[in-house]
Amino acid sequence: MKSFNPRAIGLALLGPAIAIVASVLVTTLVIAAVGSSPGDFWSTMFDFPKPRSRVDIVNQTAMIYTAAVAAAIGFRMGLFNIGLEGQYTLASYAAAAFAGGAYLSGFANVFVSLLIAVAVGAAWSAIAGILKTTRGVSEVISTIMLNSIAITLVGYLLNKYGVHEGNTVHTTRIDLVSGWTPFENRDGEIWTLVIIAVLAGVGFWVLLNKTRFGFDLRASGQSETVAKASGVNPHRMIITAMALSGGVAGLIWMPALFGKATNFGLGTTFQAGLGFLGIAVALLGRNRPIGMLFGALLFAYLSVKSNDLTFATDVSPSIVQITQGVAVLAVVVAYEVVRRWRARLEQRVVAQELGTATEATA
Amino acid sequence: MTQESVAVELRGIGKRFPGVIANHDVDLTIRAGTVHALIGENGAGKSTLMKILYGVQKPDDGTIAINGREVALRTPTDAIANGVGMVFQHFMLADNLTVLENMVLGAEKLHGIGDRARAEIRRISDAFGFGLQPDVLVEKLGVADRQRLEIAKVLYRGACIIILDEPTAVLVPQEVDALFANLRELRNAGNAVLFISHKLDEVLAIADDITVMRRGTTVGTADPHTTTKRELAELMVGSELPSPETEESTVTDTVELTLANVTLADEFGRNLLTDVSLSIHRGEILGIAGVEGNGQAELVETIMGMRIPGGGTIHLGTEDVTHWHTRKLREAGIGYIPEDRHRHGLLLDAPLWENRILGHQTQAPNAKGPWINRSGARKDTQRIVAEYDVRAPGIDTPARALSGGNQQKLIVGREMSGDPVLLIASHPTRGVDVGAQAAIWDHIKRARRAGLAVLLISADLDELIGLSDTIQVILRGRLVGTFDPASVTPQDLGAAMTGGQAA
Repeated sequence: MKSFNPRAIGLALLGPAIAIVASVLVTTLVIAAVGSSPGDFWSTMFDFPKPRSRVDIVNQTAMIYTAAVAAAIGFRMGLFNIGLEGQYTLASYAAAAFAGGAYLSGFANVFVSLLIAVAVGAAWSAIAGILKTTRGVSEVISTIMLNSIAITLVGYLLNKYGVHEGNTVHTTRIDLVSGWTPFENRDGEIWTLVIIAVLAGVGFWVLLNKTRFGFDLRASGQSETVAKASGVNPHRMIITAMALSGGVAGLIWMPALFGKATNFGLGTTFQAGLGFLGIAVALLGRNRPIGMLFGALLFAYLSVKSNDLTFATDVSPSIVQITQGVAVLAVVVAYEVVRRWRARLEQRVVAQELGTATEATA
Repeated sequence: MTQESVAVELRGIGKRFPGVIANHDVDLTIRAGTVHALIGENGAGKSTLMKILYGVQKPDDGTIAINGREVALRTPTDAIANGVGMVFQHFMLADNLTVLENMVLGAEKLHGIGDRARAEIRRISDAFGFGLQPDVLVEKLGVADRQRLEIAKVLYRGACIIILDEPTAVLVPQEVDALFANLRELRNAGNAVLFISHKLDEVLAIADDITVMRRGTTVGTADPHTTTKRELAELMVGSELPSPETEESTVTDTVELTLANVTLADEFGRNLLTDVSLSIHRGEILGIAGVEGNGQAELVETIMGMRIPGGGTIHLGTEDVTHWHTRKLREAGIGYIPEDRHRHGLLLDAPLWENRILGHQTQAPNAKGPWINRSGARKDTQRIVAEYDVRAPGIDTPARALSGGNQQKLIVGREMSGDPVLLIASHPTRGVDVGAQAAIWDHIKRARRAGLAVLLISADLDELIGLSDTIQVILRGRLVGTFDPASVTPQDLGAAMTGGQAA
């Protein structure tokens, strides 16, 4: 069976470690350069979070993690689904509108709303898949454009069918699903649908490592030509993987909808930007279920804790976006460096075990 | 002539890469005015030695003396300055430039870029019988002409020691003869030619001296006038020479694969395959000979369902499989040894046991329903590693870490698993050392005796003649001739492959 040797784990952690050190350094330099105190900044950031922040961190981690899983499904087969943002915006609107309609009651309403979110997210991203297979349009371009279209479309639909209240417009309010209150009531609750993230993570791992479909997906990601020769139908694979990625993306905001928001309103209740965070976390976590969990936790922590900066320091909370950005940039570079190093190491190990000169030249 | 003066003398050359000794204690003496052949299996250390002599790699030990003077070659520029030039297997020419422009590119200072350069090219061309026309675009040139241009480029830069890395690999027999005529001219003019090859007939035909490498070091020299192929091969391998001799015919009456008038067009409507008809019986090996790029790859991909033909039919047994995709064909029992194992055969970063699954994702022992059967696949990988002598530390090793020969043995073992009815073998022993080559031939022959139908595509005519029951020649996407391997010679095949004549 697979052995967990310490060196392999050490190598796996080397990339993220380098990235985190780099992002801390850059953030410190930027803060010092604008004349603020890096000491204040880091002591605020490292200050152990209050109960309320802890609840927020868990909820945010769940949503970011779901987004990361959605991105990773595409990444693992070499598809860059940059369209998570549009997919979950449209899916969230559709689910909220359906739930607000109250055609069903109780959990049936929640469950069918989730199915609708999945279906809409999948359909929207499948457009990019179909464009790629039939017209050769790069999914990077089409999904970015579909993002704009989705947000405009949602704005239009909301304006036409939504509930107008003063200057804002949103979908009909729904009943919340009560969550778990680990601290006092004023500290808020951990939403029930956070479970979606757990299921997404476990499901992703099982799909990738235990199923034929997952094998085909990974093979396609490693080499399109090899996958094709092994019998993978590339067109079907692209559309399926895009739809799956979009389907999971549809679920990103669902915990918040049924946990706190009660309705979908652009610029008010709806939390935008999770799709892009998910892409960053998928990169940070190397598309691995556990890696992305740490990445999501880190990003959620930075986002939530940065709110404390307003009170404790003169540093803008936006500074953590620099930390996050540098972390992603550095991790991509660091992984590549570590990967090459590891490939050399492996070759050396093989050569040593087989005796020397037989492996003489490349 | 300066027969006795020494052009290059390598003494005690050693080169270590992390964990690998590529060269050690290499001694090589090349006399001026000779063709010196350097032979050895793949992986014997020839390429590293050439890179050292051409200044691409720096040796860890030993000395290099050129024309009696010890030199340090740090870069190819140093090598060229010392009169050492190299012609690589893969040509480095700009297609959209003329012969003249390619020639002066990077060497503008030598003879300018105008009439002086043109005169120099003509002088070189005439002196050695290259027949180069300075103002022809390189894209119009054939492989042999391009090779002559590469050699001329090296001479233009003043080289008198010319390294040729497997120059005949890309040539048909007639072109090889022409190349050898050029090389004799070069030799007679006092140049030293270092000729790297593993084709022993050619070495014996052209070389004045022979040095044999094995396991990173020079193991001996031979005189081409007195030595035999067998002796050379045994020096190379260090054991007995394998040869692909077919035993008695095992061809049966049952047809396994039939292609009838198969036609395949590219996106511009040009025919890649035209009216290809062939049939392979159980127990038969059908060899396809042809110069590379005449439709072999397309033929294989069409049979494998990676391309769907525009016309004609393909039958596997009695089943019409013309429109089947790859997976269904593989499930029906087609094994596939691809031409390019990195592009079509292996996931380089995946462990060996996952590569065992590749191409057989839906079949036992790799899968149970929609699930991957990890333990089944791992167990079967152990079996393949043992039966096919794949040298690897373990089945969790990534495929990338294996040598080419071991990668190929893994593929052969995989494709022979699960009792295939048809094997498509594209260059099954390309880039594989002699030991692995013999093993792969044995496996193919054993499967043939057990009733396997085999389509064999190879650029190695000896391999084709030795293994096949029938040989067909492909030229510009058409099958242009059928030969009996018992009576055909490489020259006959070469003529048909180049369109000279068809039988």
